[in-house]
Amino acid sequence: MKFNLKVWRQKNAKDQGKLVDYTIDNINADMSFLEMVDVLNDELVRKGEDPIAFDHDCREGICGMCSMYISGRAHGPQHAATTCQLYMRSFKDGDTIYVEPWRAKAFPVIKDLVTDRSAFDRIIAAGGFVSVNTGQAQDANALPVEKADAEKAMDAAACIGCGACVAACPNGAAMLFVSAKISQLALFPQGQPERNTRAINMVNQMDEEGFGNCTNIGACEAECPKEIKLTNIARMNRDYLAASLISE
Amino acid sequence: MTNSAIFKSSVGKKALMGVTGLFLITFLVIHCSINAMIFLNDGGETFKKWGSFMGTNPIIRTMEIVLVAGFLVHIVDGLLLWKQNRDARPVKYAMNSANANSTWYSRSMGLLGTLLLIFLVIHTAHFWIPNRMQQGLTHWHNEIDLYGKMLEVFQNPVIVAIYIFGCVSLFWHLLHGFKSAFQSLGLNHTKYNSAIGWAGTAFSIVVPAIFALMPVSIYLGWIK
Amino acid sequence: MSTLNSKIPPGPLAEKWSYYKEHAKLVNPANKRKLEVIVVGTGLAGASAAATLAELGYQVKAFCFQDSPRRAHSIAAQGGINAAKNYKNDGDSVYRLFYDTIKGGDFRAREGNVYRLADVSRNIIDQCVAQGVPFARDYGGLLDNRSFGGAQVSRTFYARGQTGQQLLLGAYGALERQVGLGNVKMYSRHEMLELVKIDGKARGIIAKNLVTGELERHFGHAVLLCTGGYGNVFFLSTNAMGSNVTAAWKAHKQGAYFGNPCYTQIHPTCIPVTGDYQSKLTLMSESLRNDGRVWVPKTKEDAKAIREGKKKPEDIKEEDRDYYLERKYPSFGNLCPRDIASRAAKEACDDGRGIVPSGFGVFLDFGDAIKRLGVEVVKARYGELFPMYQNITNEDPLKTPMKIYPAVHYTMGGLWVDYELMTSIPGCYALGEANFSDHGANRLGASALMQGLADGYFVIPYTIGNYLSSEIFTKSIPTDHPAFAEAENAVKERTQKLLSIKGKRTVDDFHKALGKIMWEYCGMARTAEGLTKARKMIQDLRKEFWSDVNVPGTINEFNPELDKAGRVADFIELGELMVVDALNRNESCGGHFRVEYQDQGEAKRDDENYRYVAAWEFKGVDADPVLHKEDLVYENIQLQVRSYK
Ligand SMILES: Cc1cc2nc3c(=O)[nH]c(=O)nc-3n(C[C@H](O)[C@H](O)[C@H](O)COP(=O)(O)OP(=O)(O)OC[C@H]3O[C@@H](n4cnc5c(N)ncnc54)[C@H](O)[C@@H]3O)c2cc1C
Ligand code: SF4
Ligand code: FES
Repeated sequence: MKFNLKVWRQKNAKDQGKLVDYTIDNINADMSFLEMVDVLNDELVRKGEDPIAFDHDCREGICGMCSMYISGRAHGPQHAATTCQLYMRSFKDGDTIYVEPWRAKAFPVIKDLVTDRSAFDRIIAAGGFVSVNTGQAQDANALPVEKADAEKAMDAAACIGCGACVAACPNGAAMLFVSAKISQLALFPQGQPERNTRAINMVNQMDEEGFGNCTNIGACEAECPKEIKLTNIARMNRDYLAASLISE
Repeated sequence: MTNSAIFKSSVGKKALMGVTGLFLITFLVIHCSINAMIFLNDGGETFKKWGSFMGTNPIIRTMEIVLVAGFLVHIVDGLLLWKQNRDARPVKYAMNSANANSTWYSRSMGLLGTLLLIFLVIHTAHFWIPNRMQQGLTHWHNEIDLYGKMLEVFQNPVIVAIYIFGCVSLFWHLLHGFKSAFQSLGLNHTKYNSAIGWAGTAFSIVVPAIFALMPVSIYLGWIK
Repeated sequence: MSTLNSKIPPGPLAEKWSYYKEHAKLVNPANKRKLEVIVVGTGLAGASAAATLAELGYQVKAFCFQDSPRRAHSIAAQGGINAAKNYKNDGDSVYRLFYDTIKGGDFRAREGNVYRLADVSRNIIDQCVAQGVPFARDYGGLLDNRSFGGAQVSRTFYARGQTGQQLLLGAYGALERQVGLGNVKMYSRHEMLELVKIDGKARGIIAKNLVTGELERHFGHAVLLCTGGYGNVFFLSTNAMGSNVTAAWKAHKQGAYFGNPCYTQIHPTCIPVTGDYQSKLTLMSESLRNDGRVWVPKTKEDAKAIREGKKKPEDIKEEDRDYYLERKYPSFGNLCPRDIASRAAKEACDDGRGIVPSGFGVFLDFGDAIKRLGVEVVKARYGELFPMYQNITNEDPLKTPMKIYPAVHYTMGGLWVDYELMTSIPGCYALGEANFSDHGANRLGASALMQGLADGYFVIPYTIGNYLSSEIFTKSIPTDHPAFAEAENAVKERTQKLLSIKGKRTVDDFHKALGKIMWEYCGMARTAEGLTKARKMIQDLRKEFWSDVNVPGTINEFNPELDKAGRVADFIELGELMVVDALNRNESCGGHFRVEYQDQGEAKRDDENYRYVAAWEFKGVDADPVLHKEDLVYENIQLQVRSYK
């Protein structure tokens, strides 16, 4: 297969950046998108050019590192798949493919397709945990959890922190990510003591980072590789409002 | 936390949009029901009766202030959201296939809202403002003939077209806004979500359709 | 050659750890605040250690090369985590978990360490649940368990197929909490490139800020290396692209012994290699072998026809199929241990009966299971796995058999550590997959997660105090100390060297070449002849690398190719050590199979001569490493021949 690529190249955070055209040939349909970029990079290095920088690590859809906006979609055209789990058979021979970094004020570009997503870490640091020191735990079976709740919590906990939700959201909002963590812990008895403060602190940190506001468009849910649901955002809204209106 | 801080937060702002939105929806229900009285085709008798009740009853007139405030908050909050959301993505995508993951109207609430705002200005300039001006502060019973005014205004095809356009905007705005308000307030439950969705769609169709039918019927002379 | 002191505490097996804890020296809270600890790596081992040490009051600096501590490779573990909770009332106990681990490791692990691991396994589950880790539960709301990797009891806790992710996110939450409280300073996108030693003790590291390329000096009263395994020495493995040996290797070159480097685990159920472009291999959960039957055609002709696409698997009649695991190991069949299943697949393919174009692949067939249970049941049982396989290969395992082949998965070897997890450099510790400690020559499924968290949450917080208690009078050493300058210079020189070669071959070229040598000669089956040849090949490759590698860009920028080059350079050196170790070990045990030492195809251990840990001391890139032996003493169990026939 042959493709025309338009790839965002930007030397560093201060550089203006622009789309650069590349053509690549002899691509196997069973290659992953990242392997296709590997092949292109290999060519670039051999030609003495600067290879395209991109984030990746596990290449099996779980670490959340890979992050490309491909032909106008976060992680590309395939539903419920990360960039590393996208295969070239999803494209047609001769396609022109745009490759851009996540775009958000809170995710500044570091180089080419690599962005700084440390805002997510700071949001977790603001409250995405249960405050229990090592050794303080009681027996694991002392607190039963209804199976349905445990399953819902697991659904929310599946978030890989990739930021596709932010990238896809026309508002650059991070609510799907934040609500997934708030929901996971709100569904467990262990999460109750800090439920109110957690919701308030995490939302405040999210706002501070410069993410946009949710207007319930739903692009995040549609593009999330782990199919995190909008119901989590509703749960977060409920918790946040209850926490701030009712608690003293 | 203080309650004013809530409304500075993202979640608070959208909740505010939701609350004011739902409030404006209830206003639409009342406005629409009363105006629909013209379809009785009784020379506006029923309509006038209810209309003048709304225009003169002190409780309703007090509520009217709340309504105006509701509009203002909804508009200002909306503009604020629009501005902040625009700032959250300083560099746009060169290629964006947004239609693959969302509907155009959900992404265009600001635009639809602005259109509605323009329409609101035109609409109130036709009826509500002249009426309140004539009533002044003290002569509440000195109302203009709203029914007659309607028959007069809707003879102009351009105005009828503007009204239809306004109703279409309202349809799209409601189609997203109705459901969205529930979501923003955290009123989301797997058992009731489909009912809310259904009600939202029905409401967005029925209410604007009834509104649009008014200028059309008058223009076509069905109502005299 | 010297003997090594593993510092196993005295007393009966079950009381060693309590004895240790009761006698270890303590550091009082006021002093803890003055002590700085560097934690390199934020996987299960690193994140849990950093969080716990910060909770105790130490000043912690944590490092990882990814953009967030949450992305360490522990995130990819699927199957589960073992713990001797005996919630199923099926006869499990600390002793049984201990025994299974020792036996699974083919009697090449330390009794004392393994018993402690089994013992604290129970606390791990308590801790994780308290953090909100969403383990699977039954309808009563209590925790569910499954049996994993052929264990006779159900002791594996799991969170769908994402156990590693959930455990890591729990530890990451704890870590971020300490970051928020100001007790941990987190350095993401930082790579440790040198260990700094002052007066023989580990006192800090040189780390590179991967965004700016700047080299930074960091002081610590102790340094913890929690940097994961080195499976990527084979180029293709189930490890993440960035997994590397660099941190451990730098410590090794500074004097930390490397234990049992040749012990590698090759996992039998991975998706086969399909092309040269391939960057990594994907593991398909071991649980698939519960219902899938492994086979190849009986004849080479049929296999050839399948490879060439002239025949389909359905065309091979039942009597023409060789269900070789069931044939060879009638009592365990498809569920025999990983090393055995892997080797059997290799044998079948070496015999010319592989069924993928490259020749290296066998079928894992769900046909019978579907007949017996129906499509729906099978589909439900392997929920996420089938779609994942289909996404990668474009084939539906419900319609045609899966194709699998063994791939490198885990490295049991690592930095040699004593009972306290301290390497042979005072003040330098190794935790998690980076150390060699608990799995002997073969790791059981669901035991790596357990070990990583045991080390971080429950072992190091006690053992580090025993060392740091004597460091309370050591003031923080300013980083303009000559030792830091010297270490930084060494890194700088090496980096400049890499950038200045401007040769013809890319870094990946070399990495692939190394991988081929390792896989061919130091993979599933090893011979003295092959290993000897491999050593020479690796030495040549190293010379070529340092004269012909092409690394683009400069040092003062975000330059992933440069980072990769440094890692590959270390892998090449490590590769040679692995070969040396494999050559030294004239026996077959666990993941180390020497063709010369077998009994009708089964591994033949030599307890008489090789019941020891091989800990290697670095003597220079061109010099032979020196072997130090730690004798393995078994006071509580009887050594046996592992048999799965
Ligand atoms: C696909 C797969 C599935 C698995 N499934 C299971 C399972 O079901 N059950 C089980 O028990 N085990 C399983 N394992 C094994 C287990 O996941 C690992 O052994 C374990 O998670 C290793 O944890 P760790 O903390 O030691 O290292 P890792 O999680 O690998 O973390 C290494 C850390 O070190 C950092 N690092 C490395 N080098 C440097 C450097 N030079 N400078 C700075 N930082 C550095 C990295 O950034 C990272 O934070 C699986 C492994 C794989 C590959
Ligand atoms: S919610 Fe989905 S899209 Fe957003 S960070 Fe999590 S996994 Fe990625
Ligand atoms: S590289 Fe890990 S999710 Fe894609």
